[in-house]
Amino acid sequence: MSQTVNDETAERRTSTPEHFKRLHPLTPLLRGWAYLAGVIVIMGQNALRDPGPVGLYLGLGLGFAVLATIAGAVSWWFTRYGFDGDALRIDSGVLMRRSRRVRMDRLQAVDVNRPLVGRLLGVSELRMEVAGGGKSEAPLRYLSGDDAVRLRAELLARAAGIDADTPEAPERVVHQVNLDRLAWSTVLSGGFVFGVLLLLLVAGAMVVVPGPARIGILTSMLPGLLAAGYVVWTQLGRNFGFVLAESPDGFRIRKGLLDTQHQTVPPGRVQGVLIREPLLWRLRGWAEVHVDVAGYASNTSSDATNRTSTLLPVAPREDAMTITRQVVQADPVAVVLHSAPKTARWFRPIQWRRLAYGTDDRVVVVRDGRFTRRLTVVPHAKTQSVRVTQGPLQRALNLATIHVDTTPGPVNAIIRHRRPDDARRFAEEQAERARLARKTDVPEQWMAAHLQDVVEGDHDGDAPPSASNE
Amino acid sequence: MPPGESWQPVSRKLVTVRFIVLASTLVLVVPALAIGLWFVMGGWALVIALGVLVTSVAWAGWLIPRIWRSWGYSERQDDLLVTHGVMFRKLTVVPYGRMQFVDVNSGPLDRKFGLATVQLHTASPATDARIPGLPADEAARLRDRLSALGEAKAAGL
Repeated sequence: MSQTVNDETAERRTSTPEHFKRLHPLTPLLRGWAYLAGVIVIMGQNALRDPGPVGLYLGLGLGFAVLATIAGAVSWWFTRYGFDGDALRIDSGVLMRRSRRVRMDRLQAVDVNRPLVGRLLGVSELRMEVAGGGKSEAPLRYLSGDDAVRLRAELLARAAGIDADTPEAPERVVHQVNLDRLAWSTVLSGGFVFGVLLLLLVAGAMVVVPGPARIGILTSMLPGLLAAGYVVWTQLGRNFGFVLAESPDGFRIRKGLLDTQHQTVPPGRVQGVLIREPLLWRLRGWAEVHVDVAGYASNTSSDATNRTSTLLPVAPREDAMTITRQVVQADPVAVVLHSAPKTARWFRPIQWRRLAYGTDDRVVVVRDGRFTRRLTVVPHAKTQSVRVTQGPLQRALNLATIHVDTTPGPVNAIIRHRRPDDARRFAEEQAERARLARKTDVPEQWMAAHLQDVVEGDHDGDAPPSASNE
Repeated sequence: MPPGESWQPVSRKLVTVRFIVLASTLVLVVPALAIGLWFVMGGWALVIALGVLVTSVAWAGWLIPRIWRSWGYSERQDDLLVTHGVMFRKLTVVPYGRMQFVDVNSGPLDRKFGLATVQLHTASPATDARIPGLPADEAARLRDRLSALGEAKAAGL
């Protein structure tokens, strides 16, 4: 994956072409603003601890903010981006010039995000995910709203292997989550219920305990409030107004109350799907769907990963299944599942009956979970490797566990506690299936094949379909 | 090693290297333990330290050759198989086309014995395809062969 993003040193770099553009002129201000907030917090803390001359602190804080803004302005002036051949190139840096190339055929997803302040000023951040890029996903921060949308269309067109001036493809809304359902899903989620129970417990203690000790108990409300608040923030705030749409560019997701997020994941970029049905949601027949997309999980925190991996935050089970079918081009419900042997109950006394897996000609399906039901679907074409592991206890009970490895993310296909012979046979068959399936999978330049159908043999040389499998 | 495959073993020198690593660890740890305990319980410290020493050596003497024997790899037509583990047994199957890059590592002690570790990486960090204790030229051969096969059979993500 080292070719995906190339950092070239200054002497090898050719000068920035004239047509390259700069980021939005408000960028340094927006970034300086973040610095200013940080400075105010630090200064404020100092001032509270040791109330000295307020003017001095204010002056220092402003000075820092001005310096940061000037530094930001210089860096803004030297940062330019544009297309260079079939890659997007971003040149940046004042002393250490850096030229970064993002290869379009490796593009895994494009996100246009608008933080709250950005929305007020009409600017967006554009994020490109390239597999294995680590932190190098190269966010373009900030672009004007129109520029971001235009650039996204161009990125997707080039990545698809069609003419760069093709306008953004039309879309069809597949699923919308209304506020009513989103609010109920929040209330019925494990974290919220736990938080509320904790709060009730504390409230009960308040009634029982007399007088001054109550103050101490009041502070112990904090964990409960945090637990419930976190769920409200993540489920309700981030997934507010959730819309899932499909287009020839793959599926598109729009969501967010304060910060809005607009994701586009091209066809064939989904590495695995996880359908979760938490206990309380089953009362309403709801499920949530998460996907692995290479690059998304390189965000180090699980919170950031969770934010980008949601395909459906809450939907009726049937809808979740329909959409899963579309995404993986197979029907996970129709796959015949094989249950784990009875000895598995020594390891999983509660959920051993739910442990099962099955395969068809396109996907592996793994089922587990008793309270929260989980169904994991991994296309054969996305299997990276297969492992069989066996611990000493498992050996004593003649069991082994199979791991179907995919790119990092919330989807982990682990087939627990099978007979070792089965496990071994499955591992080898799966490796074979993975090898064969890739040949018929969606090519990296997903539109190039269509283009060839239309104008036969008339591709312009830099994107021959045969090169898409390189 | 799981049956039904012609497993390539790794170099016997791996046992020597592991024993040297163990010995140098014990040389550091056991006296420190003895001195530490001396202040707490006096003469008994020597007995405990000796006990730790004997147990570790016996345990390692039993385990290290077994670990070495458990390592095996097999280059098949379309995939690489790696197996190892005495207590926790592992078998990894990696289709060549899924390979992203190959690492060859060789520490100072490894180099002294002419050994190297070859590790194959896919897009999944969970892939556990690491083969230690390969003779340096075998490691180089494996690296070249894996890169060539990976390139020939490569597929997108």
